[in-house]
Amino acid sequence: MKAKIIITPKKAVVDPQGITVLKALEHMGHRGIKAVHVGKYLEIELDATDKEAACKSLDEAALRFLSNPVIEDYRLEIE
Amino acid sequence: MNFAVLQFPASNCDQDCVHAVRVLGHSANFIWHKDTSLGNADAVIVPGGFSYGDYLRCGAIARFSPVMQAVKQFADHGGLVLGICNGFQILCEAGLLPGALIRNRDLQFHCEQVFLKTNNFETPFTSKIPAEKILKIPIAHGEGCYFADKETLDRLVAHRQVLWQYCDANGNLTDSANPNGSLLNIAGICNERRNVAALMPHPDRASEEILGSADGRFIFEGIFAALKGKIDA
Repeated sequence: MKAKIIITPKKAVVDPQGITVLKALEHMGHRGIKAVHVGKYLEIELDATDKEAACKSLDEAALRFLSNPVIEDYRLEIE
Repeated sequence: MNFAVLQFPASNCDQDCVHAVRVLGHSANFIWHKDTSLGNADAVIVPGGFSYGDYLRCGAIARFSPVMQAVKQFADHGGLVLGICNGFQILCEAGLLPGALIRNRDLQFHCEQVFLKTNNFETPFTSKIPAEKILKIPIAHGEGCYFADKETLDRLVAHRQVLWQYCDANGNLTDSANPNGSLLNIAGICNERRNVAALMPHPDRASEEILGSADGRFIFEGIFAALKGKIDA
């Protein structure tokens, strides 16, 4: 079983990395880019069979440790 | 007074903190992050550095070290805890202080002297700072931008928990005096109870004139006085 967690900065948080990447993309000639947000992607391989239990456990880990709810949002997918 | 200075893997200002306390006339010892007891500590310092390589987020892993349970209990019982730089990040991640520290606004690591304005002189950490004194203390960080949502910021201001703000040499809170983009130029805060405080600048690197400024000693002296008051009471 594999879990994918995408962590992104909250909208209210200034994201200078995202702004810098956007400017670089524009400099490279890319047009029409409204915004860039730089986040984190985690892949977690699980030795589990109960998808629901794994989801609940990882959700708790994502909220408590893998992301910081003060500054980040996260999305969890399990396959 | 005896200070417990925590050591996490990749803390690197622990020795500076122990040195600063000793040079100011008190005793300090190291507490390894796996220890579950703070010994006979009168106060705790969470020092600067790059604990756990700043992996995941600064302080995100250190907050789960066994010693932090003891620190939380110590703080719950009113014990004085001072976080410096990475220590500030760890205390925020641990929920002992509100908000978070994120990447500096200009994405650069800033290693320079800054000026700090003190806002509340009625805490153990600020009581010995002379009124009107602008502190000159060095910073050295890449992720020192203080962030909290509006509700938290309003509460910090209303409860006078913003202890230090970045300012220019004359005490003006300007944008150019803000090295990292911290909201409200916040350099350091305390909790509502005023027993846990932290700041991004390094008073441990500003407690002897030979280092360019000894203004950091005022922060330590406030803690010494508060501890003495507790014992005499």
